[in-house]
Amino acid sequence: MSEIIIENLSRRRFLQGSAGLTLGFCLPAIAAGAAGKLGAATAVDTEINAFLRIGADNSVVILSKHLEMGQGSYTGLATILAEELDADWKQVRVEGAPADAKRYNNTFWGPAQGTGGSTAMANSWEQMRQAGAAGRAMLVAAAAKRWNVGAADIAVRDGIVSHAASGRKASFGELALDAARETVPADVKLKDPKDFRLIGKQARRKDSAAKTNGTAQFTQDVFLPGMLVAIVAHPPLFGATVKSFDASKARAVKGVVDVVQIPQGVAVLATDTWSAKKGRDALSVSWDDSKAFKLGSDEILAKYKEMAKKPGLVAANKGDTAKTFAGAAKVVSASFDFPYLAHAAMEPMNCVVQLKADGCDVWNGEQFQTVDQGRVAALFGLKPEQVKLNMLYAGGSFGRRACTHSDYVLEAAHIVKAINGKAPVKLVWLREDDMRGGYYRPLFHHALEAALDGNGKLVGWHHRLVGQSILTGSPFEAMMVKDGIDHVSVEGASNLPYAIPNLLVDLHTPTDIGVPVLWWRSVGSSHTAYSTEVFLDQVAAAMGKDPVALRLELLTEHPKHAGVLKLAAEKASWATPLKAAPGERRGRGVAVHESFNSFVAHVAEVTIKKDGSIRVDRVISAVDCGTAINPDNIRSQVEGSVGFALSAAMSGEITLKGGRVEQGNFDGYPVLRIGDMPRVEVHIVPSTLAPTGIGEPGVPPVAPAVANAIAAATGKFLTRLPFNTTDLVA
Amino acid sequence: MIKLTINGKVHQVDVAPDTPLLWALRDTLQLTGTKYGCGQALCGACTVHVEGSPVRACMTPVSAVAGRRITTIEAIDTQRVGKAVQEAWRKLDVVQCGYCQSGQIMSAVALLSQNRKPTDADIDNAMSGNLCRCATYVRIRAAIHEAAKALA
Repeated sequence: MSEIIIENLSRRRFLQGSAGLTLGFCLPAIAAGAAGKLGAATAVDTEINAFLRIGADNSVVILSKHLEMGQGSYTGLATILAEELDADWKQVRVEGAPADAKRYNNTFWGPAQGTGGSTAMANSWEQMRQAGAAGRAMLVAAAAKRWNVGAADIAVRDGIVSHAASGRKASFGELALDAARETVPADVKLKDPKDFRLIGKQARRKDSAAKTNGTAQFTQDVFLPGMLVAIVAHPPLFGATVKSFDASKARAVKGVVDVVQIPQGVAVLATDTWSAKKGRDALSVSWDDSKAFKLGSDEILAKYKEMAKKPGLVAANKGDTAKTFAGAAKVVSASFDFPYLAHAAMEPMNCVVQLKADGCDVWNGEQFQTVDQGRVAALFGLKPEQVKLNMLYAGGSFGRRACTHSDYVLEAAHIVKAINGKAPVKLVWLREDDMRGGYYRPLFHHALEAALDGNGKLVGWHHRLVGQSILTGSPFEAMMVKDGIDHVSVEGASNLPYAIPNLLVDLHTPTDIGVPVLWWRSVGSSHTAYSTEVFLDQVAAAMGKDPVALRLELLTEHPKHAGVLKLAAEKASWATPLKAAPGERRGRGVAVHESFNSFVAHVAEVTIKKDGSIRVDRVISAVDCGTAINPDNIRSQVEGSVGFALSAAMSGEITLKGGRVEQGNFDGYPVLRIGDMPRVEVHIVPSTLAPTGIGEPGVPPVAPAVANAIAAATGKFLTRLPFNTTDLVA
Repeated sequence: MIKLTINGKVHQVDVAPDTPLLWALRDTLQLTGTKYGCGQALCGACTVHVEGSPVRACMTPVSAVAGRRITTIEAIDTQRVGKAVQEAWRKLDVVQCGYCQSGQIMSAVALLSQNRKPTDADIDNAMSGNLCRCATYVRIRAAIHEAAKALA
């Protein structure tokens, strides 16, 4: 596939849109359309601009600069462009764009291309509208010339350009070549939202067909002539290195072609995956663990609890908390512990690398183009643009494929380097490699205190966090770490929305923990939403107040939080008590949280049995993510977020013993199965504001809503994740 | 050489007898719709049918299925139930990342072939071996009911 045309630009012009956007394009731009299988170019397409090609077969090909990892980016981006183009949804196809930070950068990230932080729709909104509207204007201009009529008298609807007075009509495909020769309009008129025909409606997913008949291409599915499969023996401890190895037995395995040492371990290369696995099993490696990290998670947590006894670096400070707590009539306190979490995407990490005479090709569920491209180029001594990244569907990521250190991508490149590029290599991580490969959601300890004054009013809030920094040492450090505070360690805590006059948030960032950490769907909010929202319910209980009423009192300056909270509470009939069957306890809990500029409230309904086991029966959600580009995808993402977050709350935990990760597969690291999935009802707040994200924001308020429901039923606030249900035995 | 009958076609594959069916399908025959997820029959991403019953291909050596009738996602639309399940999946936009969905569909087809009117509890039972990390479970349940309706 993707022997992509964009390489063959004969010349390039740029459209300066009203928002300062750049729509690079080429002319006359004959494109080899990408077919489903590698190397099979078929149709001839005309490139209208960087995001749009029109095929002679009348197909509209929309190029997605963002990875499709399940979150619906391909469908969402195509919906925006197709809306302004007035295309027929049925004629629209989506392809992954190549790596080119000049044309395909994430406009929120400056000169870097990549997908993350729930930004795909938000950063592309204006850009894709401009690209669609510019394409439409060029089709209209071409038709006006061909028919010798005024452009103002031409209409476009559902992929047909027409002139009512003369009765003339043409498809996009018939006009494409002429349209590409038109001048790109300097200024385009965007639609009034009331005229939207796709946005806010129900545009069906573009990847449903391929993902239900086995033809969708993931990295795992790439086969190249002469390709070898590599499976790597990784050190059992983080920071350990190869001392020596004996490959004689591995080399004796039929199908094994080579065994090479790389910085990450020892790679066994074979003609197929099973032979590579057998080869790795037969390999004998002795490891140098003199510099390895050897603590267990219990010891890490004990250390963090010690650190939490002393003040940390100040992340937020308002009023005078010291004075407030000294004079408080009542102080409520609690501490919370959060484990390391693996992303455990269904497709374990993998990457295909092929070295060529003039550069290097990479096939990957590519989430971090500019970073990965730069690193691979540096390793091979190439220029970044000589590294061609083919972005394929990712079988989940949840942040893992946007690795700050390009870990598995570089591992694949190192293997190719070690064999002098003699064959293309598919690096395959088995499930155990993936689960033990680090880059976890960091383990955190939080300590919170609240001060009530003599009138029972909440007047002070102190939140102390201890945990590793994700961004220190990453390419984002300069942008996101200020005065020793990694923004993503405290997000969701330092911007607490509640009107509390005295607030202090401080942070300890241990630097001697050798466990690689990374963003995990919703990043800092994956723990801060839990501690803040569960603790607030503890405070409400101490004040004798209803959790929804207290929040609304404290959210006077945050109408969007209040809006989703009220909507969720109303739809859940908050004021009506739940009925419990004999021997069971039931409770309802609420949590509200803002992340990535979107606002989500969940009400969870939970049943607890005598033995302490928990069943989440139903989750009622309200979300405000600006303009709902595709309401059904918003529902789908929130449903999935509920399951993903519940999985972590019920059973998600990576533990270390003597530095060694104890889990390796889904037996030790259970993830939510269908029987534990609650019913989910999603309510979307109508909005005409620019869209914000929805891939992550549904996650943070799930676990606290469930914990608050458990507390409502049992009086017990769970302060350790995952939940320890033995605490709940009746 | 081992004789495998896959989707109605007979293949002679030159792999070691202990090779899991999964890798013979994927690496030897390039039937890549069947996915690797765990290698331990814990996730169900590799589910195929052997004589119509769901089997985890990652733990099934090729020697155990030689000569038996194997069906993969690539041919599931040739069965009436398979087609109905695929159509229901598309109608409700069940998929997110999609990696587990071949396995989900194979398990759903096996369920509906045995039980034309499954309850939620029947579905939860039959589908409990298939993990979806995107947690598309709400829609998987709904799509199985939808397919059952279409088949009634």
